[in-house]
This record gives sequence, C-alpha cells and structure tokens, in this order.
Amino acid sequence: MTSIYYQIVRNEFQSLLRARWLIGYGLIFLILTDTLFRFSGGGSEVLLSISNMILLFIPLISMLYGILFIYQSRDYLVLLLTQPVNRDTLFWGLFTGISGPLTAAFIAGTALPFIWHGNFAGDTTAQTFLVLGLGAFLTFIFTGLGFVMGLIYFDEKIKGFGYSLMIWLFMAVIYDGLILLLIFLFGDYPIETGVVGLTMLNPIDLARILVLLEFDISALMGYTGAVFNQFLGATKGILTAGFMLALWLALPMWLGLRIFKKKDF
Amino acid sequence: MITIQQLQKSFGHQHVLKDINLEIPSGQSIGIVGPNGSGKTTMIKTMLGLVKPDSGTITINNTTLNGNYQYRRNIGYMPQQARYPENMYASELFNFMENLRDEPGEFKDELIEEFNLYSEIEKPLRVLSGGNRQKVGAVLAMMFNPSLLFFDEPTAGLDPRSSFIFKERIRKEKKTGKTILITSHIMSELEQLVENVVFILEGEIRYYGTIGDLLKNNQQDHLEGAIAQMMEGVEV
Repeated sequence: MTSIYYQIVRNEFQSLLRARWLIGYGLIFLILTDTLFRFSGGGSEVLLSISNMILLFIPLISMLYGILFIYQSRDYLVLLLTQPVNRDTLFWGLFTGISGPLTAAFIAGTALPFIWHGNFAGDTTAQTFLVLGLGAFLTFIFTGLGFVMGLIYFDEKIKGFGYSLMIWLFMAVIYDGLILLLIFLFGDYPIETGVVGLTMLNPIDLARILVLLEFDISALMGYTGAVFNQFLGATKGILTAGFMLALWLALPMWLGLRIFKKKDF
Repeated sequence: MITIQQLQKSFGHQHVLKDINLEIPSGQSIGIVGPNGSGKTTMIKTMLGLVKPDSGTITINNTTLNGNYQYRRNIGYMPQQARYPENMYASELFNFMENLRDEPGEFKDELIEEFNLYSEIEKPLRVLSGGNRQKVGAVLAMMFNPSLLFFDEPTAGLDPRSSFIFKERIRKEKKTGKTILITSHIMSELEQLVENVVFILEGEIRYYGTIGDLLKNNQQDHLEGAIAQMMEGVEV
C-alpha cells in the first residue's frame, strides 16, 4: 500500500519536474520576493506584500492546475484504475503528487530570498512561517477544489473551467465587497456574529484575517478582517481562524475522495 | 471464469445495461458485437471496476466485485484510445507500471520486439502516432501475462502490418488458455480470432454462443451478414 502510494507520488513529481513550468512557478516567487527585499525595507513589509500576492494568485494557479490535471489525465486515470490499485491510495497519491510539489516550489521560491537577505531568523520568524504556512494551506485547499470541479464536470470542460474561475473570483475578490455591502445595508442591526460566520465560509478570507491579526494591521486588509479583530480579539481570532482553515483543508480532500471513489470512468 | 448476474447500469436517463446475464468459462475467446452505444464498452468497464453498476453482481475468478482491486492483477485491458502522460517516455511508463504492481513485466521485451517499438519507446509519448500509442497500450495490457484479456476495438487505429502482428499475438495468447474478450466492428477480424460471440443491442444480450451456430441459425456464410440481419430484425 505505502509503496503503491510512493510510486504514484514519485511519478507525478517526475512528470511535474519535466514539465519545467513548476520550476518557473517557484522562480516567480523567488524573483518577486527578492525584488521586494531590494525595494522595500524590512522583513515585515516584504511579508505583507507577498501575502497579498499569495491570497490572490495561489488559489487561482492551484485550482486551475488541479482541474487541468484531471482533464489532461483521463486516459492515464483509466490506466491506473485498471491496475490492482485501491482507489483511496490512487486518489491520495495523485493529489499529494500534484499539490506537494506545487507547495514545495512556492516555499522554496519564497523562503530562499529570506535566507540570503538574512531575514529568516529574527523578529519576523513567526510571521514568515505564518505566510509560508498559509501559502501551503491555500495550495492544498485549491488544488483539492480543482480536483473536485474536474471530477464533477468530467465531461464538460468549459463548465468546469468556468465555474472554477467563478469560485476564484467570488472568493478572492467579490466576497469581501459583498460583506461590506451587507454591513452597509444592515449596519444598524447587530450583525457582527453573522459577518464573522460568513467570513468562516471563505478560506481566502480566513487566510487574510490570520495575516492581519498576526501583523496587527486591521485597517489595511479588508473590512471582514476588521470586524473579526473587533469581535474576537487577536489570540482568540487567530485560533478560531486557524481552526476553520484546517477544516477547509480537509473539506476539498474529503469531497474529492468521495467523488473519486464513486465515479464512473 | 466470469459470471455476470442481473447487471444494470444507467447514466442519467440513459439505461445503458438492462439486466445482463453472462457466464464466460475460462479459456474462452469471445467477440462482443453490437451497434455504437449498445453498451459494449460499459459492460467491459463494469468488469474492470471503472464503472460501478447500479445493481447486479459480477464474479471474476471467484472474486465478487465489491470495490476490491486485487482481482485486477489477472486482467489486462487495452482501451479504445489512450493518451498517456505527454512528457513520459513509453519505457518509463512500462517501468512505472512494473514498480506500481511490484512485478516484472514478463512479456515486456518480447512484446516491444514483436510490435517493433524499440525506436519509439525512448521518445515522449506525445510525439508517438496514434497507432504506436495503441501498440503501447497493447504492451501494457499483455506484459504482465494476465489470465484475462479485454480489448476494446484493438485494431481500429493500426496499420495492416501492425494489425496482423497484433492478431498473431492474440492467437498465441489463446493457445496458452487465456480468456479473451474483444469488442470490434470488424466482423471478419472476429471470425479469425474468436469462437464465440456476444451480441448486445440496447443494453441487452440478444445472442451468446458460437459463431458456427449463429451462422447456421441465420443461414449466413459470414458473421457480418448474420449480425447485420440480427440488427435489422430488431430495429424495424
């Protein structure tokens, strides 16, 4: 069982490396972080700029890659499914074989400039780890969502891509605005609990909140974050958001596995 | 030995398999024929666990299918079309399968030589022609020497020479007592390769028996005529 899992992961990893764009993906983070270090001051500022990038682009890239992998691998999936291999093992092998290297490329690309600019250890270490961790979480969550969308719209690629883009647009861009509108319309009523609850439903918002609570800059990063800070305070807020994000990590994987096990190929 | 009992499968509103009952003894070679969309591929896919039936049972070599997977060690499957990972080389794909199954491909080198694939396996799979990719699929299906072989329209994309080589190989596999299932639209080819036919129409088995009996019943000299006659008889 473990050896089957290992074989699948290794094979995915090799294919990804050979496709070379994974290296490009890591390089983008590398160049970006390095440039930020050269143009701005300390580690905190760099981290904030990076986390803005992460919140926007990691979900998009990961989800598109997840769904693209499913669409590109239809015959390959059939080949693997007709081998004496358990569907559970196959799913985990493929999923971690894709999301693992993506995460690794992001972490390597972002962490290396921190190390050579001498900013990895020091006052901002906790913040650095938070940002790296959030990037990793978002990669896993959205690769998982990409898998889910690809499996649901297995024969309808245009729909699959379209809905995936809509999910991304909604979560990354529109959601915060909608909540703002809600508060604007119903500001006279005590709706804070509801707003905090709504925030929990969006992993990108949760990640955003964790960043702003850790960096203590509520005003800069959207309205939901401010409400969250007010309502829960820093420590409790970080714990709650962290817990919810962990749930979000499990959700796409669980859903993907469920669909994968029942699916007719 | 394959036993299928009361197998049903629908995709949405489409009732693809309606109460399929079939018993295939070991060592038999069977051609599965029927018009496009009659359920041939779906039937094979349910036996492979690729498609989950709505109801009914399938037993293969004493294993009743129930989400289990070890029974597939004895099955080789060659699909209709096969687009494998683009950046991989065929040789790597073979090695990967060997590692995945943790067994050496007994007939790997033999098959590569027979299908004349030596110059092709060290190229990325995306540059291979459709026919050569099908040959790669044939090698994958047969290299582990499984006792059951399923071929889904195996010669559709092969040139005459490759098709001939492929059929020679099938005859060889038959002699070693393997159970062989082939779906095809080329009736002359099935006449050369199999003794029995299953005729499926609209998700039901209309005939299962030897080719000889079928020809006698329909007073035809060739399988093509007999099958065409059966298709016409029902459709009108």
